[in-house]
Amino acid sequence: MNFLVCVSKVPDTTAKIAFKENNTKFASEGVTYILNPTDEWYALVRALELKEAAGAGKVTVINVGAAENDQYLRKALAIGADDAVLIESADDLEPFYVAKEIANYAKTNGYDIVITGKETIDYNSFSVGGMIAEFMDCAFVSQVSKWDMSGTTAMLNREIEGGEEVIEVNTPFVISAQKGMAEQRLPNMKGIMMAKTKPLTKLPASGGEAMVSIQKFDEPKPKSAVKLFTVDEVDALVKALNEEAKVI
Amino acid sequence: MVIVYIESVNGQLKKSSLEVLTYGRKLADKMNTSVGAICLTSCDGNVVGEYGIGKLFQVSDSKFSHFDSKAFAKAISEIFNAQGAEVLVLPFNQNGKALAPRLSVRLSAGLVNGANALADISSGFVISKNVFSGKAVANYKIHTEKKIISIASNSIPAEKIPTTCEVVATTTSVSEADFSTKFIKNELVSGDIPLSEADLVVSAGRGLKGPENWGMIEDCAKILGAATACSRAVADVHWRPHHEHVGQTGLAISPNLYIAVGISGAIQHLAGVSSSKTIVVINTDPEAPFFKAADYGIVGDAFEVMPKFNEALRKLKG
Repeated sequence: MNFLVCVSKVPDTTAKIAFKENNTKFASEGVTYILNPTDEWYALVRALELKEAAGAGKVTVINVGAAENDQYLRKALAIGADDAVLIESADDLEPFYVAKEIANYAKTNGYDIVITGKETIDYNSFSVGGMIAEFMDCAFVSQVSKWDMSGTTAMLNREIEGGEEVIEVNTPFVISAQKGMAEQRLPNMKGIMMAKTKPLTKLPASGGEAMVSIQKFDEPKPKSAVKLFTVDEVDALVKALNEEAKVI
Repeated sequence: MVIVYIESVNGQLKKSSLEVLTYGRKLADKMNTSVGAICLTSCDGNVVGEYGIGKLFQVSDSKFSHFDSKAFAKAISEIFNAQGAEVLVLPFNQNGKALAPRLSVRLSAGLVNGANALADISSGFVISKNVFSGKAVANYKIHTEKKIISIASNSIPAEKIPTTCEVVATTTSVSEADFSTKFIKNELVSGDIPLSEADLVVSAGRGLKGPENWGMIEDCAKILGAATACSRAVADVHWRPHHEHVGQTGLAISPNLYIAVGISGAIQHLAGVSSSKTIVVINTDPEAPFFKAADYGIVGDAFEVMPKFNEALRKLKG
């Protein structure tokens, strides 16, 4: 079984979010980037576990983005992926074209399991997984917290309002991974050394006409300073929530 | 025409569906066009009418009793195209998050997944959404003729604008072969208000010292009719179930009121809750970062504050 794991690079959770050029572009200068957490911790690690349990197959990581993104793919290789593919494009290619590239790669190279994280922590759009599935005309199961395989059938727990549903799906399929699926793996020294010589293929992206584009970023509305109450003023707090904030 | 996709559970429309009905109505008014709703499960046309929608495309087909993103996307796109509609509006809930991207590809329509406000159509078609886990807002312009917007929960309050709704019995070409997944069972948490749909949320963290102390949090939630949530630390040590975990790797929520008890407010936690309209923080540490993101706060011991707070809430609620 071959697994294609989609990984994004995103600003570190603690990075300062600022904009430039009249608030039309993200100011990436000095920002530390990381692999998107749900891609790295859950999608990649669970694919590795399933491959190891099967004792056969391979795990390929794929990124559509800037030429220098190979360093993030090397980290995924150090964690245990067998090989990597970087489809070189502008770093902010919209989800539609990212998904199209990945779906084309999956179809051409015979991958019938594609995994993404549930969302990236930069644009939070939950989009690429579902788009890949539609381009591949196959099943898409979103926000999966548990994933087991038996032959070519996957048993999945998917988050729904108020709980989870258990479903089965046969290959080919795309799933998006979330917490619960696996535990983060840290790369060890051997993994880091081996990653240097694992294959990393670079391919060009084709792109296309913009379907959506960001016109401008806004800072969220500034919060006014917190209104503090003492332990003996709970009645005043309840009154404020009722009459001022009008939320209870 | 604006088309709104809505969902029901046991014949009742979900709260997120009432919100998108309102959104669709208001958007259609702005665009000076008509609006209709699609429901693949059974719902009451009178209720759809109450929220200002004059047409309901009701598909009555037991195949759709279980969600399958592939089959559902096919059905929705068929009805959308048959009406020659321009804009499709969906809830940004679990199903909507899976459907909207598929439909974007299927309809070659630009998508904004998780919009937080009504579209601005004064110059093109511009929609805002939270990005960088609530640390900024991005204004997206959709360039394509067909457009898809999914609406983040609690972005627009459901509003009754009563009209008469014509229920149009609708069929689709979707067959069993279009279904790509097999439903086995639901594992629902009984009796709770779904966290993702809750208006009010009471949440607690390590400050509570142990799972046996959650009674006062549950009391508070009960008095308010709120859902309960927790921090990652607490879910990781199994004091609370994983589905209660809010934050960057858990659920992102945007309730009207978020009460955080004994949670310090690490940036990963804030990423999941900072879009809440009003935040109340109760913490012993005056330096807890959460106070910077809060609207109201009490510096104090949860064990001392919560019984008093609950008593005051009880008095208010009579």
